[in-house]
Amino acid sequence: MNLSELHKKLIAVARANPPGDAVPLSFEKRIMALIAARPVMDRWAVWARGLWYAAAPCVAVMLLFSAWAFVPSTNETASGDLSYQFDSAMLAAVDQVNADNDPTW
Amino acid sequence: MERTEAELIAAVLKGDAASFEPLVLKYSPRVFATARRYARRDSEVEDIVQEVWLKAFQKLKSFRGEAPFEHWLMRLAVRTCYDFLRSHQRNRETSFSELTEPEDDWLERFVHHPETAGENAAAARQLVERVLQRLSPPARLVITLLEIEDRSVKEISRLTGWSVPLVKVRAFRARAEMRKVLAKIAREKYL
Repeated sequence: MNLSELHKKLIAVARANPPGDAVPLSFEKRIMALIAARPVMDRWAVWARGLWYAAAPCVAVMLLFSAWAFVPSTNETASGDLSYQFDSAMLAAVDQVNADNDPTW
Repeated sequence: MERTEAELIAAVLKGDAASFEPLVLKYSPRVFATARRYARRDSEVEDIVQEVWLKAFQKLKSFRGEAPFEHWLMRLAVRTCYDFLRSHQRNRETSFSELTEPEDDWLERFVHHPETAGENAAAARQLVERVLQRLSPPARLVITLLEIEDRSVKEISRLTGWSVPLVKVRAFRARAEMRKVLAKIAREKYL
């Protein structure tokens, strides 16, 4: 079978038989009814809906963090050490002054 | 006095939705003819055309009036048809062994006496539809616009929103895809 001839023939068939342009009865009325029935875009409603959709993830995140806050940390010592070291570093100068003025030295 | 298209569009944009009806009435035949190139069932065709008009109404603000309204509408129609093809890809997997008897006869006639295989035969039309159904959505769109509707690459680029090189690449691939489909017909029928 000559495929390129078949290709040409089928394209010629498609060209020779263009689709009809008949429109169903009262089609324009149907479109106009759909347009009239479409929901009117209310900006406040859209904004409220967005907030409402955002509420659920926010609550989920809040619950997650609450649970996390109540669960005792496994490396509390390490974080305690860190805060102690931070305190010492920040207050080192003050401690030094106090130590200099201490009469017991 | 009959209002011009520009006046009708301006009225719609000002909130007079009823002014949209003359536009629907005037251009629906064109949109239906386009939709029928890509969908067969009446219900699908009507759904496509309905979607085109609803989109046209919603996006009318984006019509700047630099080109005729018809061009803008046809761009919308072609893109909606392309979306339809992409969402109905499952229909592509039909076998050519399921050809109807008249389609088989037409093919036989084409093989033995190509000049007698008429272009207006219903079987030939069905066969074309079957072959086009087997193509991927971009291939079908390009073959339809380029070869069947005989549009230029530039025109297709404007209609589809694809760049000119992309249209050329897709046209090349579409022809290759069509050759493969035709080769499959030949294999299934004559081997």
